[in-house]
Amino acid sequence: MRITQGTFSYLPDLTDEEITKQIQYALDNGWPCSVEFTDDPHPRNNLWEMWGLPMFDLSDAAGVLAEVNECRKAKPEHYIRLNAYNANYGKQTVALSFIVQRPSEEPGFRLERQESHDRSIRYTLYPYATEKPHGERYNGQR
Amino acid sequence: MTDTEVNKSQKKKADRWSAGVIPYAEMGYWKPDYEVKDSDVLCAFRVSPQPGVPPEEAAAAVAGESSTATWTVVWTDRLTNYDTYQAKCYKVEPVPNAENQYIAYIAYNIDLFEEGSIANMTSSIIGNVFGFKALKALRLEDMRIPLHYVKTFQGPAHGIIMEREYLNKFGRPLLGATTKPKLGLSARNYGRVVYEALRGGLDFTKDDENINSQPFMRWRDRYLFSMEAVNRAQEATGEIKGHYLNVTAGTMEDMYERAEFAKELGSVIIMIDLTIGYTAIQSMAKWARANGCILHLHRAGYATYARQKNHGVNFRVLAKWMRLAGVDHIHSGTVVGKLEGDPNAIRGYYDTCRELKVPRDPVRGFYFDQEWGSMPGVMPVASGGIHAGQMHDLLHYLGEDVVLQFGGGTIGHPMGIAAGATANRVAVEAMIKARNEGRDYRKEGDDILKAAAKKSRELDVALATWGDITFNYESTDVPDVVETPTSA
Repeated sequence: MRITQGTFSYLPDLTDEEITKQIQYALDNGWPCSVEFTDDPHPRNNLWEMWGLPMFDLSDAAGVLAEVNECRKAKPEHYIRLNAYNANYGKQTVALSFIVQRPSEEPGFRLERQESHDRSIRYTLYPYATEKPHGERYNGQR
Repeated sequence: MTDTEVNKSQKKKADRWSAGVIPYAEMGYWKPDYEVKDSDVLCAFRVSPQPGVPPEEAAAAVAGESSTATWTVVWTDRLTNYDTYQAKCYKVEPVPNAENQYIAYIAYNIDLFEEGSIANMTSSIIGNVFGFKALKALRLEDMRIPLHYVKTFQGPAHGIIMEREYLNKFGRPLLGATTKPKLGLSARNYGRVVYEALRGGLDFTKDDENINSQPFMRWRDRYLFSMEAVNRAQEATGEIKGHYLNVTAGTMEDMYERAEFAKELGSVIIMIDLTIGYTAIQSMAKWARANGCILHLHRAGYATYARQKNHGVNFRVLAKWMRLAGVDHIHSGTVVGKLEGDPNAIRGYYDTCRELKVPRDPVRGFYFDQEWGSMPGVMPVASGGIHAGQMHDLLHYLGEDVVLQFGGGTIGHPMGIAAGATANRVAVEAMIKARNEGRDYRKEGDDILKAAAKKSRELDVALATWGDITFNYESTDVPDVVETPTSA
């Protein structure tokens, strides 16, 4: 399956050139970029690991892309996303966030139903990948 | 002042308290020299006086009837500091290009209103006065709610920022669809529509306003089947999905029961209709904040009083009330769809929902500056006759913080509901991507969509089916002053 989180998951994966254009858009808006990675793609996992701090003072799109590529090199089988952050009053939240790398295989999710009283059901979503400990997920790549 | 004038003035003063009927303007409701206070509630009314009634008198009558006055002099006024409690009309302006219509600006002291109560505020402002005989018609065009008063309301249960953080969705409009047919589907069939639309790529599906708990589908069954569908779609996509479970019912007790069950099943969002009334809306907003559910409002019935230009309440005023009342979503028009809406006026409604400061702007229909302090924004919802082929126009007119709802434009797709959903999602992502790349997406919209459709058969078929459907009817409700057509 293909996880469809992020702003552009229904389009073909963005090329580096296309990613650079999105970075440029963010920088033109004054939004610092950051790179994050994870091996737990649960939709409620907000806390992807930070690839360094948000690049508050970096205003060069090529520099941001270089960080994306460093992260790809270090984490070839993780999900990696690029975020742009809007710190303006009234926003102070993520402005744009899209996936720039996926593991070569995405096993997806298992839905567990706990049958409760009066036909009520409690649902829990498990990423198959998280059934293994960190470090052994996605072809054992750390 | 000459002696005669002094006498006249004294006589007038004495007359103010003589038993009988005297003009409102002479009772203190017309005060052209009044200095507006920062804490005053201000209203702009469109007044159409009956023949022979001078505009100032008609406007003063509106001020009187929406505050302290009754039709005759009452001595008991003199037991109060009546000057404080009288609303004051401080300006009357003829409406450009309209015969016998005037905009009356009226100021109300903040003490006239109970803190945090839409019901109380509206009982004053629109309570009696709309049936007043001396007027042919009356319309409340705009209100300035002073920040002092804004701060007494809860405001949106969560607001746009929190909603996006809950849903983990950033940088693009959210997508939704109303389940169709509106009426008659069994719960099981209903769940099928929800599942297909969500797994295909929509973020939300929606109960329609008149789906409550009817014989063909009771609410509890709908909730169970819909939440199964939501969870299955989350499994299929790895994204958070929602179905607006409409909790509208005949009593608050019923609504709370339904909302509690929706929460228990893990729904991220519930829905109410405007028809439940202002107080019920405020109660549900309180519930929604306490229980972590987003609150969607369908404006069912609003056009009965918001659409005609000379009488009723403009939607921008209702949007202000609903932001104060505390909803997270409100239907606010589409510009390009099948339902009423002038682009400038709708832009104004969207500003009212989303911005922290909205300046006076006759082009967008604002008669006053409006400050919201730090009150969160309401996510506007565009729904009714829109489809993927209009994505560039939708993004241009409505921006990014909006829910675009494609009901027919999803479910009517020849390849099925999921394909319809995918078509919409591909279209919105392609348009956002092109915009961010700096392309003139509005001008090149068709090309951008066609290029995206080469890689998405779903979008290709959607464009072939609806590409040239438009609804070009003249709007009945446009701001009076359209100085220069705005590009935004």
